[in-house]
Amino acid sequence: MVVFGIDLVLLIPALMISATPVLLAAIGEAIVEKSGVLNLGVEGMMIIGAVIGFIIAVNTQIPIYGFLCAAIAGALLSIIFAVLTQFMMSNQVATGLGLTMVGLGLSALIGKPYEGIKSPTLTKFEIPFLSDIPILGPMFFSHDAIVYLSILVVAVVALIVNKTRWGLVLRAVGENQEAAHALGYKVVRIRFIAIMFGGAMAGLGGAYISLARVPQWTEGMTAGAGWIALALVVFASWKPWRVLIGAYLFGGITVLQLNLQAIGVAIPVEILSMSPYLVTIVVLVGISLFGHHTAPGSLARPFHASQ
Amino acid sequence: MNYKSILAGVLLALGLGTAVSAADVKVGFVYVGPIGDGGWTYEHDKGRLAVEKHFGDRVETIYQESVPEGADSERVMTTMAMQGADLIFTTSFGYMDPTINVAKKFPNVRFEHATGYKRSDNVSTYSARFYEGRAIQGHIAGKMTKTNKIGYIASFPIPEVIRGINSAYIHAKKVNPDVEFNIIWAYTWFDPAKEADAAKALIDQGADVVLQHTDSTAPQAAAKEAGNVITFGQASDMGEYAPMPRVSSIIDDWGPYYVARTQAVLDGSWKSVETWDGIGPGMVGIGEISDAVPAEVKAEALAMRDAIANGTYHPFTGPLKKQDGSDWLAAGETSDDGTLLGMNFYVEGITAEVPQ
Repeated sequence: MVVFGIDLVLLIPALMISATPVLLAAIGEAIVEKSGVLNLGVEGMMIIGAVIGFIIAVNTQIPIYGFLCAAIAGALLSIIFAVLTQFMMSNQVATGLGLTMVGLGLSALIGKPYEGIKSPTLTKFEIPFLSDIPILGPMFFSHDAIVYLSILVVAVVALIVNKTRWGLVLRAVGENQEAAHALGYKVVRIRFIAIMFGGAMAGLGGAYISLARVPQWTEGMTAGAGWIALALVVFASWKPWRVLIGAYLFGGITVLQLNLQAIGVAIPVEILSMSPYLVTIVVLVGISLFGHHTAPGSLARPFHASQ
Repeated sequence: MNYKSILAGVLLALGLGTAVSAADVKVGFVYVGPIGDGGWTYEHDKGRLAVEKHFGDRVETIYQESVPEGADSERVMTTMAMQGADLIFTTSFGYMDPTINVAKKFPNVRFEHATGYKRSDNVSTYSARFYEGRAIQGHIAGKMTKTNKIGYIASFPIPEVIRGINSAYIHAKKVNPDVEFNIIWAYTWFDPAKEADAAKALIDQGADVVLQHTDSTAPQAAAKEAGNVITFGQASDMGEYAPMPRVSSIIDDWGPYYVARTQAVLDGSWKSVETWDGIGPGMVGIGEISDAVPAEVKAEALAMRDAIANGTYHPFTGPLKKQDGSDWLAAGETSDDGTLLGMNFYVEGITAEVPQ
């Protein structure tokens, strides 16, 4: 199916691959922020996930182990942040920035022997029957497992946040920590779990870059993806499905504009290059104009039960 | 601890701080990417290590990685100058104005800016004639492409990058009149994920050769994944991707230059100069041409390399026209360096437009 010289059967899968790392990291951070914590260490946790995932996948030759360990590594790194900010009451912004620096430095160190090595690639998971549909099959139903997993995570997170008691408690802690505490909810414990979930998702997203999107290990290879994820959470007004829309818009237009450049379309390159940022912001801000959307009330405010 | 003892401690720390540098000369390096990028910055850092090895204890080197081009780089250079650096290499085009600005504030510190064109009493410029290597790449690419589509991942629309595109195109077109260049501007020097996406987009659009002017090995990985696509190592050999997809490479060798300039500071003979060396003096190296290239193409490529090295062939030799059809070089005429250094136009035949 060719539209304007671009084959959609090739474009759609490329778009989904391009969007997945940021989507995973952003959905994790959305939960962290919903609980009232601002963790600016997404970039650091992503790159640790990228390097650990790569190392494990290369050594075991089983990519899924890589992803698993990347999620664990991201979560472990986030525990440093959780302990510092939740128990030792350190400043969240400074601690998050510190976490990014630690992640970048540490990953460069442990990844050194793995530069220039090829990783085992993730096999495509063809969904039975659906993947046999002409055109639509190869477009939507024959991706690797992590692409499906990322969409599943968004669905589950949306369900939990909006429809369950857990979600209500999480939002209560994020909106008004004193009130949640007065009601007997363990604010620190809930935030601790949210931070670890955020770390695991960031780690997973990072591993997707080093194991599927590129696939190789290069120092500093996340190159700002963590910051894009942070921005997406805000522009998506902390709503899971909007995070998905934002990530796909951003990833999609990035890939689309590269393809448009490749076929030499007569639109100035400067406009094409800024289009992913511009369109994503305009669309998400546009959606937010309807209804009441503000940041969680207790975002980035420290909490101690004695206060 | 009382106020006085704190003060004493601070003074002691300051005293120690100044006493540590026993080296005669301190050399700073500002890098645009991480030293492990496998390309541009990796080679500059190899140059730094060559300086350390050559001078031993007499020279101390410091460096800062992943410094964004623009205001942030001014801060980094200022910090280096205040730490007592005597010579600072700023290794990316976008550091040009920041280098000039900081150099004004520190007249006793010498600066060396890579790939730029602004100099002053304490600012030298140096660059390599990468376009000589691009000519050889273009020749191999034109001979080897089956789809007649060559993808090019460009970084920023600056003369150096445009020169590379032109040089590769001229030589691909010469051996294959049907060849077509698809150019993607990534607007980054280093972003592996985006570079890989760009490579995939080019391959999806039918390119079976991907040339890159970005710093990471990500396009190599993407080409390897795709299969029948060839690439060339950029700035560094990227030999880990040989023999396929990487069939050859342009290697920047900064070590000898860095050693010579550091020596000049030690001798007190340092002067602001402009250096632009190519294959001949060894600043540009051509990485081993792999067996994936047919023997006769390899022989032609090597002959071209030698002709460029000994000065008998210039990659920009007329007759050449500009993209708009106007005459640029008459038959046999070669381009002067001024035109090359400020190149902001494509040669005839390239269909894209130069971003302004």
